[in-house]
Amino acid sequence: MTGYVIQRFASAMLLLLTITAVAYGLIYSGGAEVSRSILGELATDEQVAAKNVELGLDQPLPIQYGNWLANAVRGDLGRSWFSAERVSDAIASRLGVTLSIVSVAILICTVISVALGAFAAVRRGWWDRAVQIVSVIGEALPNFWVGLLLVATFAISLRLFPATGFVPLNRSPLGWLSSITLPVTALVIGGVASAAAQVRGALIDVLSRDYIRTLRARGLPENRVILRHALRNAAPAAITVLSLQFIGMIGGAVMIEKVFALPGMGTLAIDATVRGDIPVIMGVLITMALIVVVVNLFVDLANAWINPKARLA
Amino acid sequence: MSTVDLEAVTTPAVATRQGRAVLRRFLRNPLAVIASLVFLAIVLSAVFALWLAPYGANFTKLALVTAPPGEEFLLGGDGAGRDVLSRLIYAGQLTLAGSFLTVLVAAGLGVSTGLIAGYFGGWFDRFGGWMANFLIVLPGTIVLVAMFTLIGPNIIITMVVLGVLIAPNFFRLVRNLVISVRNELYVDAARVSGLSDGRIISRHILSVVRAPIIIMAASVWGIAIVVQAGLEFIGLGDPTTPTWGSMLLDAYNNIYIGRHLLLPPGLMIGLTVGALILIGNGLRDALNGEEAIMVAPRQRVKDTARAAVAVPSVPEALLEVHGLSVGYAGRDGSTKTVVRSVGFTIARGEILGLVGESGSGKTQTALSVLRLLPEGGMVTGGGIWLEGQNLAGFSDAQMQAIRGRRIGYIPQEPMSNLDPLFRVGSQLCEPLQVVGGLSRQEARDKALALLERVGIADPHRVFMSYPHQISGGMAQRVLIAGALSCDPDLLIADEPTTALDVTVQAEILDLIRDLQAERNLGVLMVTHNFGVVADLCDRVAVMRGGEIVELGPVNDIFARPQHDYTRTLLASTLEDAPVRPPLVPRPPRQQSAGAEA
Repeated sequence: MTGYVIQRFASAMLLLLTITAVAYGLIYSGGAEVSRSILGELATDEQVAAKNVELGLDQPLPIQYGNWLANAVRGDLGRSWFSAERVSDAIASRLGVTLSIVSVAILICTVISVALGAFAAVRRGWWDRAVQIVSVIGEALPNFWVGLLLVATFAISLRLFPATGFVPLNRSPLGWLSSITLPVTALVIGGVASAAAQVRGALIDVLSRDYIRTLRARGLPENRVILRHALRNAAPAAITVLSLQFIGMIGGAVMIEKVFALPGMGTLAIDATVRGDIPVIMGVLITMALIVVVVNLFVDLANAWINPKARLA
Repeated sequence: MSTVDLEAVTTPAVATRQGRAVLRRFLRNPLAVIASLVFLAIVLSAVFALWLAPYGANFTKLALVTAPPGEEFLLGGDGAGRDVLSRLIYAGQLTLAGSFLTVLVAAGLGVSTGLIAGYFGGWFDRFGGWMANFLIVLPGTIVLVAMFTLIGPNIIITMVVLGVLIAPNFFRLVRNLVISVRNELYVDAARVSGLSDGRIISRHILSVVRAPIIIMAASVWGIAIVVQAGLEFIGLGDPTTPTWGSMLLDAYNNIYIGRHLLLPPGLMIGLTVGALILIGNGLRDALNGEEAIMVAPRQRVKDTARAAVAVPSVPEALLEVHGLSVGYAGRDGSTKTVVRSVGFTIARGEILGLVGESGSGKTQTALSVLRLLPEGGMVTGGGIWLEGQNLAGFSDAQMQAIRGRRIGYIPQEPMSNLDPLFRVGSQLCEPLQVVGGLSRQEARDKALALLERVGIADPHRVFMSYPHQISGGMAQRVLIAGALSCDPDLLIADEPTTALDVTVQAEILDLIRDLQAERNLGVLMVTHNFGVVADLCDRVAVMRGGEIVELGPVNDIFARPQHDYTRTLLASTLEDAPVRPPLVPRPPRQQSAGAEA
């Protein structure tokens, strides 16, 4: 198991390195334009050249990347070209918002979709049809549109929740809860729809396996067969689905944050990309990639913990 | 971006069905047909927007800025005083085209590379797999947002990039499908007969991957529509051309004064994506064919069967099956009968062979005694008596008490019948503790004793092993130990040696015979092999097409088969039957079990 952990960790690091290299290469390949767009159309060529030197854009791309990487490893992602704020500070102040809504959403989504999917798979019949219909509807509706409907209904019409804004947990737990309720709900509705259907599918697949019949033939109670054996065997599939949901939600948070005007990573990314604030964009990309890599690492390790065969891979 | 698990969409095994039958089944599914018509209508309305839309996309009437639905603007006016209905129709153009571009790029890239990787393998396969892993972990939406800095408000290029990001789904699907058919016999035959790789791919492999690709394309199209709308909603779209996403942005900007603007574009997206999902689901069901049966809620014993509580005709028998019929519910509500009025008895200490070719209903008969028929199957008539008690009248809880304690079950395929996530020991101890009521230590001792009894040389090692760490022959011994763990009176063995090597087969049959004699068990031995029958059974029932055509003592049937079918079976199987070697004494069991591992 230790060997497996080391191997997965090394492969995760390699992946992260590749992502940063590709992203850096793509984004900075248009380097000459950057100084021009910062300084404006009226800047002289000398000013642009000086700015290029200041930003390190006059050096060859691999060296730029090397410098960036060396700093990034130490936690220094540079400064915003426009506000001169440290990128790491900007991200640190925004990350909590995004992670708040996404982690709460994925927790709720896990509980509901496993319960619903298991119920549909075991009971079949009308419950099963209902879960399938709901999942098609939930998958078809964009979650930010669901968010818009929630804002229009519960925030603007009924005034039950704030329409916009975020209250940090350490300032007011109740305020925090109130400010994340609608965004989390929007994420959960879409997430449950597709995750429940997939948990159902995985569990139905497991329930049709030979060893389930053999366990039943041994006289084990149905509850035990389902809770101890079937759910455990369906768990790797469910974990994979939920991790994809998590990654999807992290990305989808860009839209949800706009709907609810939350100052999270998504908002930071949009602001930076519209202005062309490349150090910030790189910082956001790297942070997101790091989250994805960590999630995938966790999924691999969880699967290996559940399934003895996966440890061999 | 919702990169849902697209791999779950299809299973390769069913892909070989004929296209025409698939289309016919698809057209018989009302939901799929309606979804197709809705989608077609949406596409056509976008194509003919110029004639259908009451106003131009940018026709502005300042008096109707954020106007509610009315006579002039049927769905109201947007934030700039334009007709929502007209824009909705026009917006279909760029939305559908942009998202379809994603499908084209993703499918083109993924399918071509997947075909090469799957068919030729080698370094390209490894490189492709690595690239796929790389692209699939990227947080798509964030990448697209970051790309905006490079490419600006050009939704077409953005959708191409999205296509590249989604391509790994097609790559993996096609690669795995191709690998699964590459080594099929007909592909081998084509290769041997000198067909070029190009011909083989276009003729034999494309036909297999076509339908799964279409299913995935429908799903990807839906995802692309949602992602595109999302990007336009956050302001990264092309502001000059209407799309459903930019209409949502307009609705968001006017959310306090024109809430009615929210519904049309959102519902339009939902309708389109929903139709695509249903089309994909319909195709998948059509592809799976008869296997996608409509599943009735758990109802294993039909009420008519319960009502037919006759008395057993042979009260002293251990098991009596009388007039047993088993049916499966079809999609159209009809019942397909697979076992028809089957009857036999088994006395204590007797081994009854149930022989027949595959599909003759012998396994269905055996499983219905345990009430463990696969989903959709049910006993539709007749009775099953265990020592005079009619099992048809038993509740599920009562049946559960019968299984394991009164009737033991030895399955056919040893490796698939052990739960891969639990150690062998834990799987043996669980019924001993839960069903048999033993303590942890007692269960452990008994399990180890059982393992030793079934001829496993190193019980402690096997006890601590996971199923994938032991051989098939050992696994079958473990399963026999499991079947006997709660001391049943009747043993149902469903082709217990079919999946094993010939040498191991003989040992397993020996073991079953020894245990049967030792415990005076009644045994229902399901097999297609007359050699097994000759070797082991006292009496034999021959099944064909769900019915028993002949039943009698083994010697009589071998000497004077009455039914033509029995004669055919005997003629075809006797030659290659594993006959016990009477002259050479078999090596001691302990050694052979060790060699197996």
